[in-house]
Amino acid sequence: MSSPTRPSIRKRTKLMRVTGVTGEVLITAGALMGLFLSWHLVLNDTIQGDRQNQSASALAQQWQAPESSSAEQNQAAAIVNPSNEEPPVTVSPAEGEAFALLYVPRFGPEYVRTIAEGVDVESVLNSRRLGVGRYLESDQLGDYGNFALAAHRTTFGAPFGDIGELRVGDQIYVEVPEGWHAYEFRNLEYVWETDVQVLNSFPKLQEEVPGYRVITLTSCHPKFTVSERVIAYGLYSGWYPRDGGPPTEIADLVKENS
Amino acid sequence: MYAALWRLLPGGVFLKLIQLTIILVIVVFVLFEWVFPWIAQTLLSEQSTVE
Repeated sequence: MSSPTRPSIRKRTKLMRVTGVTGEVLITAGALMGLFLSWHLVLNDTIQGDRQNQSASALAQQWQAPESSSAEQNQAAAIVNPSNEEPPVTVSPAEGEAFALLYVPRFGPEYVRTIAEGVDVESVLNSRRLGVGRYLESDQLGDYGNFALAAHRTTFGAPFGDIGELRVGDQIYVEVPEGWHAYEFRNLEYVWETDVQVLNSFPKLQEEVPGYRVITLTSCHPKFTVSERVIAYGLYSGWYPRDGGPPTEIADLVKENS
Repeated sequence: MYAALWRLLPGGVFLKLIQLTIILVIVVFVLFEWVFPWIAQTLLSEQSTVE
C-alpha cells in the first residue's frame, strides 16, 4: 500500500510545495474574513450588547438606595402612576460619561443601556460599555425641549437595532438617580444624514414651541448602511420619583438589577 | 503549513486533535477580543448620527 506512493511524495518539486502553502494561506485568509464578517455583523451585537447591558445594570445598582428596596418590593404588584411633581433637570457631565439609563421594553425584556454625554463615534457609540450618546447641541434631560440621542442600528452592540419595531404608544424610560422619566413613542421619520433639524428644540421647527418635552432617537437607515437616518420621536408622558417606585412596565427589570 | 503543525504536535491522533481544538479556541478568543474590535474600530467605524 505504501511503497508505490511514498517515493513520489518525496519527489515533490519546490513549485508544488510553494503552491501548497500558498493555497493554505489563501484558504486561511478566506476563513478569517468569513469569521470577521460573522463576528462584526451578527455575533458581536450579542457580545458587545451584553456588555453594554451589564455596565448599565451596574450603574442602576449604584443608584438603588439600600433602604428603598423593601418599599419597592411592597409596591411591586401595585400599578405605579406618574407623579405631579416637576421632573428634575439633569445637567450633563463631561463628554464620554454616562449620566442616565435608557429602558425600552420593545427592545427586549432585559434591555437597558447607559446614556453618555456626546455622540463621539470612537469613545461613545462604538464603546463596549456605553453605546448610546446625547447630542451635545440638544436640550438637557428633564428640561423642556428635545433630548436627542444617537446609537448604532447594526454592529458595535446595536443599541437601537430594533428602532424600526417601535409601535405608537410604546414607552421609553430614562432613569436618573432621582427617578424615571417616561416618554411615549409617537412616530418614525426617515431623513438624510444632513437633516440636523431633527435635533431642534421642537424637532423640525425653527421657532420655539414652549411646553413640550421630546425625546429623539437617531440611528442608521437602511440597516447595515449609512445612506439615511431613521428618527424616532417620543413625547413626555410622566415623571416617576424614586420614592414611589419604578414604572410598572419596567419594575421587574429594575428589581433584578438592584 | 498545516502538515508541519500536525507533525510538530506530540502524541497520537486523539491528543493532536485535542491540542488543535485548544489552539483554535485561543485563536478565536484573541481575534474576537482584540483583533476584530481593532479592525472594526479602525476600518469600519461608520456614522449613525445626523450632522
